[in-house]
Amino acid sequence: MLSSQIKSNEIVFGSCNKDLLEEIIFYGIGLGADFVEIFIENTDNTSVLAEDDFITSVSPSFGRGAGIRIFKEKKDGFVSTNDLTKHGLMRSVSQAIEMLDIMGNKKREVFNGLKKNRDYSLSKKKWINEVPSIHEISEKLLVSTKSLKKNNKIITRKGSYSRNLQEVIIASSDGTYVSDIRLHQTVGLNVIASDAQYRSSGSRRFGSSGMPNEFRLWDHEKAANDVFESSMNMLYADYVDAGQMPVVLSNKFGGVIFHEACGHLLETTQIERGTTPFENKLNEKIAHESVTAIDEGISEGSFGSLSVDDEGMEPEKSVLIKDGILKKFISDRAGELRTGHKRTGSGRRQNYSFAAASRMRNTYIAQGEHSKEDLINSISDGLYCKSMGGGSVGATGQFNFAVEEGYLIKNGKLTTPVKGATLIGEAKEVMPKISMCGNDLELAPGFCGSISGSVNVTVGQPHIKVDSITVGGR
Amino acid sequence: MNSREITTQISRAADILNLKKWDYGASFSNDYSVQVDKGEAKQLKASQKQILTLRVWNESNLVGITTTSDISESGIKKALNQANIASDFGNKNERTEFSPLAKDPIVVKDAKKRNPVGIKKLLTLLREAEVKLLESHESIKSVPYNGLSESFYERVYANSDGAFRSYTKSQAALYLYARAEEKNKKPRSSGSVKLGYGVEDIDIESCIKDASNKTISHLNYSSIKTDKYLICFSPESFLTIINAFSSMFNARSILDGVSLSNKNSIGEKLTTEALNIYDDGLHEKNVSSSPFDGEGTPTKKLCLIKKGRIANFIHSESTARIFKTTPTGHAGLGSKVSVTPDWIVVEKSDENYDLKTLLDHSTYEGEFVYIEELNAIHAGVRASQGSFSLPFDGWLYKNGKKISIDSATVAGDIKYLLKNIVNIESIQEVTTSGISPHIWVDELSITGDA
Repeated sequence: MLSSQIKSNEIVFGSCNKDLLEEIIFYGIGLGADFVEIFIENTDNTSVLAEDDFITSVSPSFGRGAGIRIFKEKKDGFVSTNDLTKHGLMRSVSQAIEMLDIMGNKKREVFNGLKKNRDYSLSKKKWINEVPSIHEISEKLLVSTKSLKKNNKIITRKGSYSRNLQEVIIASSDGTYVSDIRLHQTVGLNVIASDAQYRSSGSRRFGSSGMPNEFRLWDHEKAANDVFESSMNMLYADYVDAGQMPVVLSNKFGGVIFHEACGHLLETTQIERGTTPFENKLNEKIAHESVTAIDEGISEGSFGSLSVDDEGMEPEKSVLIKDGILKKFISDRAGELRTGHKRTGSGRRQNYSFAAASRMRNTYIAQGEHSKEDLINSISDGLYCKSMGGGSVGATGQFNFAVEEGYLIKNGKLTTPVKGATLIGEAKEVMPKISMCGNDLELAPGFCGSISGSVNVTVGQPHIKVDSITVGGR
Repeated sequence: MNSREITTQISRAADILNLKKWDYGASFSNDYSVQVDKGEAKQLKASQKQILTLRVWNESNLVGITTTSDISESGIKKALNQANIASDFGNKNERTEFSPLAKDPIVVKDAKKRNPVGIKKLLTLLREAEVKLLESHESIKSVPYNGLSESFYERVYANSDGAFRSYTKSQAALYLYARAEEKNKKPRSSGSVKLGYGVEDIDIESCIKDASNKTISHLNYSSIKTDKYLICFSPESFLTIINAFSSMFNARSILDGVSLSNKNSIGEKLTTEALNIYDDGLHEKNVSSSPFDGEGTPTKKLCLIKKGRIANFIHSESTARIFKTTPTGHAGLGSKVSVTPDWIVVEKSDENYDLKTLLDHSTYEGEFVYIEELNAIHAGVRASQGSFSLPFDGWLYKNGKKISIDSATVAGDIKYLLKNIVNIESIQEVTTSGISPHIWVDELSITGDA
């Protein structure tokens, strides 16, 4: 044991927990683990909902817990618990060791103790006092929902805010010892418009990380106008006719299609499962030469940015695709161990109850040289997808995305709004068809659900043109 | 602390804060799960989890809430404090009270709580299942998504009016999702999920067989021409679509303006008189049944559609009061209480004279599309507008042949779909989300690549 005296029998946030963490790790290594990782969190969250002209929900929550991961060769055992006492953490280590059936393993790894704490939280401790109060949030949400009341066709108005403050301690047997505080705020507006048999909806979401003042700066009037216009434009829209056609995808949230359809296939978890068509395509062309795609966790304030990932590694900027050539996969510790792709600072998890996995952060297609008009003018008969809804990717790579706000393109011009469109395809077939990228890259926040839970990300792109894609409709 | 001690602790702390009225819901769980990869253990997981949701009423009878995983004495005090602060912002427009049924007797099904089999046993069973699935057909190359888990949990509801109810349960789940590959063809995937009270209740062989048969049946695939088709929904896919549009029966959604129904929709004809739909959380086949909801209201069977007409809405305490009825046992516990269905049961009513009974998925020789499974529900359903556009796994039956359909979507409107039901087969099948027979619908749009 490095330290002869255990100063605390319980993890205490804001204190030095080094001795206790070292003892837990020693215990795991001593029982035969190749690698021991401890992730501990303390959360303080609030969400507020305004509906029409009332605050209808205020939901604070707080909690704490630990996730302990033990590796033995390429397999791992993961135990999560709310018990942060020494006894509770050691019991979790024992349970993981027992699950892996390595008790008494004679080969012993060496643990030289934890390094000096890399404390990213020092400048962030004040955040909790700088974020807006429930009163302030409520006032602004009510003003926002009032701004949505622009005519009598708007029958439902909603504004929602959520704030997640997560304090983490990460320690592992390679000496990693990290503390950090993460702050994420998100605000969204939704409307439903109705007139006789016609119905439409509009929604927009905004979000930031690490910027306590951001909600105060949010331009709710602009957001309300945008949501209102979108719902009005779509209220009397006809259903789109199905078929193969060229499409222009808008910038910002249009990037969700790259995130879902291609980004996930570049995570090492997909290589581990053998479910990505890009597994053996490193340094090969997988997309049109106009496509360069990036995943990074360093853009200041972006929803997917982080000082350090959930395995204690600082995030890097990863160029995934350069001029159509596959350059890199998104990797975490298990991914490096099982696939050989170096970690990229992308080990992420929703909370302590999930083991970290390779996950995207801020993921976007880099901007090109064309204007939005260039893209639209190049199409005689197609679809402009101004706002995308959600989407999903099947186990064999097929994707499906709803178009929330779409317009027909006729002879190079935007014409009538259409609803009910769905974009269907497969990444490896669609990526080579992205033939033009605009010069107007923007990012948009979102939540990504996958193997390690729901994590904050941004998606993004400039306007892009896909030469041909299946559009589902009526 | 056990649940009685937590109740005592909350009561004491509430007294100190002069909070006269409170309630809480709590759950305590132990979960174990394994995943394998080609015979090797991949990830083994265990978790001990506890969660407490506390509501308090302030002097103005406004409700505040807090959720925490810290069920220590200090954690409970902090939660009460936070809930008290949040109550200043309680919903002034809609009152919340205790459920008037929170002390009514509950129906607790025969105790089917199983003992844990342990991680090693789970691992052995899953390894064997993976091997058998891989050996079931030469084209099945991997089982990329798989898992076997067992959970043991206790749920509690109590309030300051003396209501206290709890139950303990166990549940196990197995999923096997295989991937088949053949030269010059796209990989094809499909799978199966089985639930049971414990691992010993799970029919592992049937899960392997289902996953294998489904996957193999999609190996010979073809694109489908975009057009309107006669559709046969599998029990699973029909339940998926009914659940996706359950806001039609949801009083909360009606009050929020996001439902296709309104307060006066009871009695509205939605579909053929041959169709009945119930919500029956206590159904004997529902492994996940709960004897009470988040507000402590007993779970009960409720008719949603009777002979084609809307018969009832599902309610929480507050929506029931607004609709001048009683809670139905479908509430969550939140600052704004959500309402959700439990377990849908679809059946043919006795007024089924107008059905085209020759339409039977196992014998019909005409052209139709069989929808086995609908995907991407969260992306492709617009419940407030009634529209859907969903990718699916299925087959085109044509000229006596069955061909798997390569990437296609089915689109339509839920009211149109319900109005165009042309047959309800007689045999009901149990799925993980409810019970339904095969349902036939005329003229829905399919978009394909051909």
